[in-house]
Amino acid sequence: MAEELYEIELSVNGVPQSASAPARRLLSDFLRHDLGLTGTHVGCEHGVCGCCTVLLDGEPVRSCLIFAVSVRGRDLTTVEGLSGADGSLSPVQQAFQECHGLQCGFCTPGFLCTVTAFLRDNPSPSQEEVLEGISGNLCRCTGYQNIVKAVHRAAELS
Amino acid sequence: MTTKMFGEPIVRREDPRLLRGDGRYLDDLGHDALAAAFVRSPHAHARILDIDVGAALDVDGLVAIYTYEDLPDRLAEPLPLLIPHPALTHGRTSHVLANEVVRHVGEPIVMVVATDRYVAEDAAQLIQVHYEPLPLVVGLETALEARDLVHDDVPGNVAARLVQRTGDTAGAIAAAPHTLEFRLDFERSACMPLEGKGVYARWDAADESLRVYSSTQTSTSVRTAVAAKLDLAPTQVEVIAPDVGGGFGVKIMHPWPEEVLVPWAARLLNREVKWTEDRREHFISSAHERGQVQFVKVGFDDSGRVLGLDVTMLHDNGAYTPYGVIVPINASTQLLGPYKIPVYRCEVVCLYTNTLIVTPYRGAGRPQGVFCMERTLDRIAAHLDLDRADVRAVNLIQPDEFPYDQGLMFQDGRPLIYDSGDYPQLLDKLKNLIGWDSFPAERERAAAEGRRIGIGMGLYVEGTGAGPYEGGHVEVDSKGRVHVSTGLTSQGQGHQTVFAQIVATELGVPIEDVHVTTGDTRRFKYAVGTFASRAAVMSGNAIALAARNLRTKALRIAGEALEADPQDLEITDGIVHVRGNPTASIPLKTVAVLSNPLRYAFDEESRAATQFTIGGSDDKPPVADGEEPGLEGKDYYSPIRSTFAAGAHAAVVEVDPDTYEIAILRYAVVHDCGKVINPRIVEGQIHGGVAQGIGGALYERMAYDEHGQLLNASFMDFLMPYATEIPHIETDHLETASPLNPLGIKGAGEAGVIPVSAVIAGAIEDAEGLVIDAMPISPDQLFERRNARQSNEDHR
Repeated sequence: MAEELYEIELSVNGVPQSASAPARRLLSDFLRHDLGLTGTHVGCEHGVCGCCTVLLDGEPVRSCLIFAVSVRGRDLTTVEGLSGADGSLSPVQQAFQECHGLQCGFCTPGFLCTVTAFLRDNPSPSQEEVLEGISGNLCRCTGYQNIVKAVHRAAELS
Repeated sequence: MTTKMFGEPIVRREDPRLLRGDGRYLDDLGHDALAAAFVRSPHAHARILDIDVGAALDVDGLVAIYTYEDLPDRLAEPLPLLIPHPALTHGRTSHVLANEVVRHVGEPIVMVVATDRYVAEDAAQLIQVHYEPLPLVVGLETALEARDLVHDDVPGNVAARLVQRTGDTAGAIAAAPHTLEFRLDFERSACMPLEGKGVYARWDAADESLRVYSSTQTSTSVRTAVAAKLDLAPTQVEVIAPDVGGGFGVKIMHPWPEEVLVPWAARLLNREVKWTEDRREHFISSAHERGQVQFVKVGFDDSGRVLGLDVTMLHDNGAYTPYGVIVPINASTQLLGPYKIPVYRCEVVCLYTNTLIVTPYRGAGRPQGVFCMERTLDRIAAHLDLDRADVRAVNLIQPDEFPYDQGLMFQDGRPLIYDSGDYPQLLDKLKNLIGWDSFPAERERAAAEGRRIGIGMGLYVEGTGAGPYEGGHVEVDSKGRVHVSTGLTSQGQGHQTVFAQIVATELGVPIEDVHVTTGDTRRFKYAVGTFASRAAVMSGNAIALAARNLRTKALRIAGEALEADPQDLEITDGIVHVRGNPTASIPLKTVAVLSNPLRYAFDEESRAATQFTIGGSDDKPPVADGEEPGLEGKDYYSPIRSTFAAGAHAAVVEVDPDTYEIAILRYAVVHDCGKVINPRIVEGQIHGGVAQGIGGALYERMAYDEHGQLLNASFMDFLMPYATEIPHIETDHLETASPLNPLGIKGAGEAGVIPVSAVIAGAIEDAEGLVIDAMPISPDQLFERRNARQSNEDHR
């Protein structure tokens, strides 16, 4: 028997989007496979690594722990929505490049979303606040030192 | 824009794409592909009695179910033993789908293909496999006792006995003024890239060709392996490594069962098929590493100079040995580090257990070897009441002793001869950086405040840039773009940047014009892969040589056009000109046009190269004898042996007297990887390596229970460090050029991770006054150790 499908309408990066998906479709899979926004990555599927972090009504959430149907009508921002319409990098993106805050780039979209929201709420954080702010995202490549540097640099650029 | 880019800390050229979310990782491809999922063994050792797929057949969206019985001949054979070695007398490999017996939890048994992954997993869940559990082997000592066997036909569970020997250690140790004997333990960990493995394949029935995308560290070798398993000519198969979300070693292992099954199914079904590994699969069905018990006997003199060293290592292979004995070879040879050990013997007993296979993880055996050596030197210092740095100093190879032959064979099958280095200077720089000599006073001050702090150090030598070869191709097109390709793959090392820096420098072109492709067999067919800190050394040099060939050709053609001696020409910012006379010049893109005499004009540039435009001599062919059309260069770099990088690390730790939490207050690294192409990228590699080392020293372990179940197979339970666990890493550098390659470079990828467990163990020992002989160590283990010592003292 075919699964029942639900029409899911929401706003992603300021653009109205819709697709139908079963109730069990994870938001991360919905974004990646139904909407084709593959910038959001999935590293653990159980909410620990933070790779799939997106902004839901502005707040960072793990898209692998949310069913797509549960965010109908909401406003989402993914990594694809962080840069300008002309492709220019946001201050956070620019700082990550300047400070070599990424290597393989797989965890990066999650960090970028997390840091974007973090700096919006706390534009000039202390070292401890930066560490706390990114302590929900795993990176296996950089050893975090340059990510921490990038957050401070992004605060300067913002 | 300067064209001298080699050595500059430029920002990475791959970043903007990755930062915008425009990366193309494996699961980002194949939007319409069918999805594969696997039924994997829940038992560590069992006989498969029956597989009942009946219930799964009704699942809407199911496309196919495959078991071992469905496999054609070649696919039904065991997977290849990739690196045979004389010591590996009982090498065993698995089947792509289990054949009667499973030997570790996670071994694939059934492949399900369906319209999407959700449906494939639904169907997989309905497949019933009946097992007869068999007695199992978990843990090195159980394996050695061999009451039960992992493989019926492997006596004693011994896959290999690998012996390294430079002389009679028993005699040397017996004759030494002092001797020590002890045991060390090093637990399992794993690479854990944030992107797991994955394969996506599409078969073109009309063309009879296969394209495979794999999240691999070696696309060329996957290509030959897939072609062999599917009975195709290599020319029918192309393999591409797209953006790869970290590797750290696990993705050099190949072909994975899924890497041949997915292309096979794609061909059979004539549909695109994709498999994306989930995190649990990665924990239980990819690979782990580390995992050794070491028994050490050492003899030394009053100054701490080692006179003889004898080590027996028990090495946990896991259930199969597809990658041979590379990890044990590295552990047993690189143990020697920067030291002169006059008489050395190491026997590695490689044992099968009913656990996941063990294949290289960043460091690839070196962390275990260095742990053994550095803990031994710390023991010697403690025994003689000498400074630990002084004991290291008396044993160091001196700068005038290179090339230094350790008298063993290395993992590339070549003699273990160090090419260059300055180890005493590394040690001095480290002592200055961390403040080694003033630390005792600091420790005393801290103790007066009730704080327990300690310092540790560790030195290592790392064989990098192992052969046999890599190649490079450089081509200038008629628009002046420079296209560079090499066969090895990238997983975040910044190859698109550093290889472009090399080409910009060698060729004299703006780096913006240089475009680098790696890991795509359509662009470069011959390669080995990215592992053993070899990419910069191997492909870097191959690309430099290719660029030099191209430059020679460009100058010759430009010389004819400018009526100048090529020796008087140089290239600046993509313009060939007479040295000292910038007006006598011709752009490289025009040289590219001239290099390729054409019949047909397809654009403005090519119009200048057609037959009726060029004219030329009537009695010479348009392409001279021995020449080829096109402005390109290709070359290979094949070293006589590995080049040896080195480094020295130190850490200061503090132990909380109440919680026993271990905090790293400072971490210092001095490293020498020869000539540096991009210091920013090298630093990044060091940081990342140290962070993985800290994970391995304090947090990460593979918790197998006695049933062979991995109890912590999730990121909730396998604790990788977050930013809050990693200290600021202080670095200093030394550049001892390698005499072995044209660019003088040595590898840097693995360096950061190698000595960390040794360093942290030494620092905790110093803080606590307790012998630390097993790593990783958690607060509760440290607490227990301290209590055990306390109760021993109370009983006296």
